[in-house]
Amino acid sequence: MSDRLIYLDHGATTPVRAEVLEAMLPYFSEKYGNASSIYSIAKESKVAIDKARDKVATSIGAKPKEIYFTSGGTEADNWAIKGVAHQNRDKGRHIITTSIEHHAVLYTCQYLEKEGFNITYLPVDEKGIVSPRQVESAIRDDTVLISVMFANNEIGTIQPIEEIGKIAKEYGVLFHTDAVQAVGNLHIDVEELGVDLLSMSAHKFYGPKGVGALYVRDGIKLGSYLHGGAQERGKRASTENVPGIVGMGTAIEIATSNIDSYNKKLLELREMTIDGVLAKIPHVRLNGDRERRLPGNVNFSFEFIEGESLLLMLDMVGICASSGSACASGSLDPSHVLLAIGLPHELAHGSLRFSFGKDNTKKDAEYLLEVLPDMVERLRQLSPLYTNK
Amino acid sequence: MNKKVLLGMSGGVDSSVAAALLKEQGYEVIGVTMRVWEGEDFECVDDKGCCSLSVVEDARRVANSLHIPHYVMDFKDIFKEKVVDYFKQEYLRGRTPNPCIACNRYIKFDALLNKALSMDIDYVATGHYGKVEYDILKDRYILKKAKDARKDQTYFLYNLTQRQLSRTLLPLGDYTKDEIRRMADDIGLEVVASKPDSQEICFIPDNDYVGFIERNIEKKIRPGHFVDLHGNILGEHKGIINYTIGQRKGLGISLGKPAYVVDIDPNTNTVVLGDNAHVFAKGLIASDLNFISIDRLESDMEVHAKIRYSTREASATISPIGGGRVKVIFKEPARAITPGQSVVFYHGDEVVGGGTIDQVER
Repeated sequence: MSDRLIYLDHGATTPVRAEVLEAMLPYFSEKYGNASSIYSIAKESKVAIDKARDKVATSIGAKPKEIYFTSGGTEADNWAIKGVAHQNRDKGRHIITTSIEHHAVLYTCQYLEKEGFNITYLPVDEKGIVSPRQVESAIRDDTVLISVMFANNEIGTIQPIEEIGKIAKEYGVLFHTDAVQAVGNLHIDVEELGVDLLSMSAHKFYGPKGVGALYVRDGIKLGSYLHGGAQERGKRASTENVPGIVGMGTAIEIATSNIDSYNKKLLELREMTIDGVLAKIPHVRLNGDRERRLPGNVNFSFEFIEGESLLLMLDMVGICASSGSACASGSLDPSHVLLAIGLPHELAHGSLRFSFGKDNTKKDAEYLLEVLPDMVERLRQLSPLYTNK
Repeated sequence: MNKKVLLGMSGGVDSSVAAALLKEQGYEVIGVTMRVWEGEDFECVDDKGCCSLSVVEDARRVANSLHIPHYVMDFKDIFKEKVVDYFKQEYLRGRTPNPCIACNRYIKFDALLNKALSMDIDYVATGHYGKVEYDILKDRYILKKAKDARKDQTYFLYNLTQRQLSRTLLPLGDYTKDEIRRMADDIGLEVVASKPDSQEICFIPDNDYVGFIERNIEKKIRPGHFVDLHGNILGEHKGIINYTIGQRKGLGISLGKPAYVVDIDPNTNTVVLGDNAHVFAKGLIASDLNFISIDRLESDMEVHAKIRYSTREASATISPIGGGRVKVIFKEPARAITPGQSVVFYHGDEVVGGGTIDQVER
């Protein structure tokens, strides 16, 4: 095993920023009050949550009262979709989503199907982009929700959110977007985009794990997600995760204020890696759109080999990458996203995602470009598919 | 640099101690748990390195405590094709398959080995009880029985080729199961030390293989006739997949005397019943052969042959009869020779080779 560690998997999670950790620490020990109590130590917690809520709201152009803290992106997605569905079941039972959503959305929709809801899973083009036209033509009288992710976690493709927002508004259908990969990477203004509900997760932008938020446009009725105390305006009972929420507030504030320089840096690493891989390795395919993609996202399919073997070999030299979405057991299924953009099974199996972050340097990309071609070549030499070619 | 070895791990005693032993011998051990099957109720406790979430977790814990890396690898597609589909087809053909032999042959010592080699890893290892040695006089790799005769698993490994054996490490072969359990205790693997031994078929946790086949095939299993040795109808059976040669229990028919399955004919969908004496036969014909201690069988050879994992070896003469087949004639008639099962030949402690039983010679 290698002593070197080059972390190229920021799409999976990011390290907590030093400033974020520092902001969180007092709320574990000295400022431990329960935000629901009345004495002053508790008020400190209450105020800290309020401030964090302000920061989250500001960063996406929302009002503080439109932000609900959750345990993460998955909970936000679950709440948004089940909440809208159940609240509006008398109006209609049709939901439109896409075939490349995160499982937090896809499996929630499948769950609702069992409850009798109708779900339209829209296809995407070969770049992984959903067509606003198709969204529009899928709308029916009984459609209660459109849920389209902001940017895809595997191939980084950025969706035409603003156009879909307009269509949703025009037809009076609620619009949810899973923005877990986008927040901290892209400028987001819920007013400009016409988004009604938006999910995010702190650990994707150098915040802590276990905390996220759901934006719900003022005026939209959503049932309570957890029943119990009066936290989150009675919509989500449970004693607040104060350190987590504080961390999220600090993280999103730094992320959104740095966004342009951060993007510039990631773009440089991304382009360098894409150009390098395409130049050095034959029979390789860049998945997703070259331009309309997350600034730090690179996703390749290497013909004739399995991504799994490549991942392990990279790990042995200290490079952390992923095959797209992390799975419970750490194993690899062919990605539903890659199948949806039309990749055959073999190519979907031979895919790899690198996602750059704030601490990566050109040296990291150079090292990757140095070791990757040999690994691919070695695996191909032993691949019956390749030797027959 | 130390030689690298990819070890199939399940979190069970055998594979866990195998990891410790290999490490002690100076290998760079890389643990892997193979994901081979997926079902709502799939909870595999096979100790030879296959999977399911809890198995994955157990293996990861052990790997972590031994400070070795651990990965999960996906072999679902090839496992379905080479093991599960074969398993179903054999039963539908009136035969009794051995999925562990197929898994070793096509998955652990082929697909997994190839993966290891492609990743610049030198060997594959498992927690099987058996020994791989290099015989300098024969200039061949040989497979020998484990020290613990009761646990010996060479029956499941007779298909290994010279190439595969040259890349295989079986670190448990020189120990008894008790010794292995003690070692697990000594190195602090208490959790695994008390784990029960593996079950019969890893992808059928409830052991209801008939139900498994019925759920996983398109057509319906048809009932048919029980007949006697002369073809006279004795009653109705539930479908040939329910029966194996020599079976007495669970036939669902009463003939006033003990009845045994003597033969299964998929063409007529009949199950032939007879007395215990009719279950004995003088020999068999096997095909799909693999030889380990010799290159090929050129003339008659005296061996000890084993026709099921659970039966004892018996003296026999094996003769080449062309077409990649061998005839096996036992000194004493053998009981319940079953097409689909493997026959493995031994010479002392050494595995000579083996094949799949095709026909019973009466």
